[in-house]
Amino acid sequence: MATEALALDGVDALYGESHVLHGVSFSLAEGRVLALLGRNGAGKTTCMNTVIGFLRPRNGAVRVFGEPVQRLAPDVISRKGIGLVPQGRRVFARLTVKENLVVAHQKRGGAWTLERVFELFPRLKERQAQDAGSLSGGEQQMLAIARALMGNPRVLLLDEPSEGLAPLIVAEVGKTIARLKREGQSIVLVEQNIQLAFSLADEVVILNTGRVAFSGPLDQVRTNEALITQHLGVF
Amino acid sequence: MKTPLAVIVLAALLPLLAGEYYINLASQIVIFAVFAASINLLLGYGGLATLGHAAYLGVAAYLSAFLYLKLQLAHWAIAPLALIGTTLMAGVFGLVALRATGLGFLMLTLALSQVLWGTAYRWVSVTDGDNGLRGLARPMPFGINMNEAMPFYYFVLVIGVFAIWMMARFVSSPFGATLRGTRDQPRRMSALGYDVWLIRWITFIYAGFWGAVSGLLFVYYHKYIHPVSLSLANSAEGLLAVIAGGSGTLAGPIVGAAIVLLLKNWASAYIERWNMLLGFVFVFIVVLMPEGVVPGVKRLWQRRSASRG
Repeated sequence: MATEALALDGVDALYGESHVLHGVSFSLAEGRVLALLGRNGAGKTTCMNTVIGFLRPRNGAVRVFGEPVQRLAPDVISRKGIGLVPQGRRVFARLTVKENLVVAHQKRGGAWTLERVFELFPRLKERQAQDAGSLSGGEQQMLAIARALMGNPRVLLLDEPSEGLAPLIVAEVGKTIARLKREGQSIVLVEQNIQLAFSLADEVVILNTGRVAFSGPLDQVRTNEALITQHLGVF
Repeated sequence: MKTPLAVIVLAALLPLLAGEYYINLASQIVIFAVFAASINLLLGYGGLATLGHAAYLGVAAYLSAFLYLKLQLAHWAIAPLALIGTTLMAGVFGLVALRATGLGFLMLTLALSQVLWGTAYRWVSVTDGDNGLRGLARPMPFGINMNEAMPFYYFVLVIGVFAIWMMARFVSSPFGATLRGTRDQPRRMSALGYDVWLIRWITFIYAGFWGAVSGLLFVYYHKYIHPVSLSLANSAEGLLAVIAGGSGTLAGPIVGAAIVLLLKNWASAYIERWNMLLGFVFVFIVVLMPEGVVPGVKRLWQRRSASRG
């Protein structure tokens, strides 16, 4: 069996009194892409926030390459090798493109350097001296992905990377993720864009109101229209 | 790079054109600019509004005056002791103040500096209370007599330029980028693997150090230190200078310091309630140029050249 890169094990998470995740469990094997799907409010982003440590689970465990991290602070978890591309991109608008990247650099013996990131995203190289806030939405998404890569993450979490982008840009983002996958990057992809998710995923986890409604290989979902209609809406 | 050089050259030429009164005023502006620039590190680049920065100016000045007058040490020994002592204090104060951000941070910095202010009034055996410590002589680096306005101005200018250059380097360094990152999105910075608290604490100490440098220059200038230098009013004036000039810019604190001191000196000669005038000017600036004079003027200038263009 492949090495377990990331696992959630019976995670309960609450925002104040409201119970958002109910015993969520799934795991990602090294070098694979797991698509985390579900409607708005299903708890996808909460899962991501729990992994990175913004939210501490009430019960359950989060493991990064076998090591429990659920009690650690976000900066410590990040240094264990978790890279997050947050929903809504959240680049540092008042830092230059280059500063956004340099700030995020962690060596960790990984291959990603400023040069390699610029090679992957030539647009960012052209605009490196510009404030990140002046970039277009698509460029900001590229920057958000590039910034996460600069940390040489062992697991990359992508929270709705296609959100709010024009179809052409979405295709470009998809190509980038596919390339990362070919290079062996372990990825959790949170998406509303089901086609995009299906084109990239090996495994699929579907959340519904904070519970895992389905977990299995992509083939079992793609053909199961009832499942898709019930939990993801028609597409 | 051209503008800072031009400003330095102009500042260096000033004593050739101006009389003693203006040379002394310029010395005070440079000293206050260093103080304001050190506040700007926290406010403009760290997003941390402090109302207690007079603590570092005041303590460095008091330490220096105390060691000189009561222990009769020499200036070359006093200056490093005062700077180290004050910087250590900044380290400890940072541990307390950075328990919070935002309003909590503001209140904690205020409380800490008020403790010192009260102490300076009450601990008469050390501080001479409300009389203040007087009788300090200016140092004589390389045997140069600095009691004249001009040599002292050059002394202040050299140290002031160096101080502001060091602070400018700090904020434009990779560490400075992480600091600006914590100002804009602290959570994001922690998700990128940074200990946000540590970044703030280091900046707090660095700002305390340069506040202490301004305090040494301050006490050399006045040869006197009074508890009022540790007061909330002094901290607030520094904060206002940064906001009026433009926080998060290099030139902002310098321009702000100049505005405050020019107003104080000119207006107080003609108007009894000059504090009111200062207040009106601040209101005027904040209403017309909420981002401060330096970015505000830059914006107007760009608009003008664009419409000509």
